[in-house]
Amino acid sequence: MSETTQTLTESAEAMPRGVSLWQDAWVRLRKNKLAMIGLGILGFVIVICVLAPWIMPYGYEEQDLRLGASAPSAAHWLGTDTFGRDLLTRIVYGGRVSLMVGFIATAVALLVGVSYGAIAGYVGGRVDAIMMRLVDIFYALPFMIFIILLMVVFGRNLFLLFLAIGAVEWLTMARIVRGQVQSLRQQEFVEAAISLGLPPTAIIFRHVIPNVLGPVVVYTTLTIPQVMLLEAFLSFLGLGIQPPMSSWGLLISYGVESMEEYPWLLIFPGLALSLTLFSLNFLGDGLRDAFDPKASKD
Amino acid sequence: MWRFIGFRTLQAIPVIFVVITVTFFLVRAAPGGPFDDEKAVSPQVQAALEAQYRLDLPMHEQYFAYLADLLRGDMGPSFNYPGRSVDELIFQGLPITAELGFYALLVAVGIGVLSGVIASLRPNTVQDYVPMSLAMIGICMPSFLLGPLMVLVFGIWLDWLPVSGWDQSSGDKVLPSITLGAMYAAYIARLSRSGMLEVMSQDYLRTARAKGLPERVVVIKHALRAGLLPVISYLGPAFAGLLSGSFVVETIFQIPGLGRFYVQAAFNRDYTMILGTTTFLATLIVVFNLLSDFLAAWLNPRLRYQFQKGK
Repeated sequence: MSETTQTLTESAEAMPRGVSLWQDAWVRLRKNKLAMIGLGILGFVIVICVLAPWIMPYGYEEQDLRLGASAPSAAHWLGTDTFGRDLLTRIVYGGRVSLMVGFIATAVALLVGVSYGAIAGYVGGRVDAIMMRLVDIFYALPFMIFIILLMVVFGRNLFLLFLAIGAVEWLTMARIVRGQVQSLRQQEFVEAAISLGLPPTAIIFRHVIPNVLGPVVVYTTLTIPQVMLLEAFLSFLGLGIQPPMSSWGLLISYGVESMEEYPWLLIFPGLALSLTLFSLNFLGDGLRDAFDPKASKD
Repeated sequence: MWRFIGFRTLQAIPVIFVVITVTFFLVRAAPGGPFDDEKAVSPQVQAALEAQYRLDLPMHEQYFAYLADLLRGDMGPSFNYPGRSVDELIFQGLPITAELGFYALLVAVGIGVLSGVIASLRPNTVQDYVPMSLAMIGICMPSFLLGPLMVLVFGIWLDWLPVSGWDQSSGDKVLPSITLGAMYAAYIARLSRSGMLEVMSQDYLRTARAKGLPERVVVIKHALRAGLLPVISYLGPAFAGLLSGSFVVETIFQIPGLGRFYVQAAFNRDYTMILGTTTFLATLIVVFNLLSDFLAAWLNPRLRYQFQKGK
């Protein structure tokens, strides 16, 4: 196993980079069963959540008060909540929000982190020292507390949530990208671009960043579950997503209130969250091994 | 070593200062005052209240007055609990949260290191897969889900353990401590496994084995010290996580600790309380990060030398 990955790596380095790196990673990822299961579950969850309005038999706010909280049955696969609303429907709609927060906040982190790290790494020298010292200081700040503070002070709006979570998660991304860019900028193709007279921004965004995408993809996959966890944590405390919107964290906190009588209201939303986090983590681990077979799996 | 400690401490001071400043102005920038909900009070009462909480001064004077108070260890009166100071409330909740955090850390480090090391001794066997799968579950099972589930199973269905309170009935500390520590146990298990695996293949361990040392001595005396370095560096962030985790755990188990005060203050817009607790918790976290850095540097001389050469 390790010998084959060794030869694969060598051949990948011998070939021109670009598409082949991705194909190579894909071949390796496909061999990783856990990662593929994760990818499958994740794809399934995303498709269901995106298509929810067209495929769910019940409306999101559709109540059947006569029913009350009923246990799982043929009509309501996962049961209903205390207002007689179909739990499966609510989980799927909650998933839309949870996934959206996960992806958008990660995108914010990605955008800021990659540009910041690329600039620091490319420019180097004193600019780099100052920029990275700033990251060090941010690292030392207790962000969880600040996010709570932000949500309290400026009200609980979704946009702010994206910003706040994105603001925490970009730091590691910036560090990773900076390290990669530092080693890239000594390579010939960057020198060639400089001697051709391209402006630094064009070099950074057109030539440098595409070459650091591997580690960025890996870290992104591992950031999404963290972000979703953070959102669920805040929503659970009542500081995140506000009703009538819903998210998995919010559904879990409702479930806790009545778990003695209606345990399914806690168990199924919890299962949805855990399963999604599970698949994202396995996929992330798998991608890391696929892009960098030398890194040991921890 | 002293040089390292000195530099790092100097670096931490501006961080704490930034925390205090940002918190202060964020809280002051919040729309709506803490007394808005109250029924209409006469202008005199309003003025007296504002004077008492120093809200009548210009912003920068409020800020410097607050800093001066802080240096004397005075965090001002609470908005929500009239007649009580923020210091009082914090030091009422702190011992409870500290105890909870301590037990949770024991759970995290104890279970985490043990299962990580066990897994690393026979990589890619059942002995490795079982603890590591459990760790993966731990990572994907946040405290606000694990806590209620454990309450449901061990507290309600099996009726083994009390489901709320702290220090009121025997065994009521078990569930909260495990709930808070579980996720960190999982991370620490992964960290110690990978740390140990890396160390195990090093030459000096082969030497130790070649000397004829029993495997137990090789692992405990030689491998652990280097293999657990990543865990030591992780303790700082883990501590920060435990503190914010205590918000949730104290809410679930109705524990009257610092975390619950913080969440309540956040809901009640008790600004002096938020300001005080944020400053306090943040300083605590910075200090703990510092301590875990010192510990790591003490165990790993390479970190120190790197620092002395100016990186």
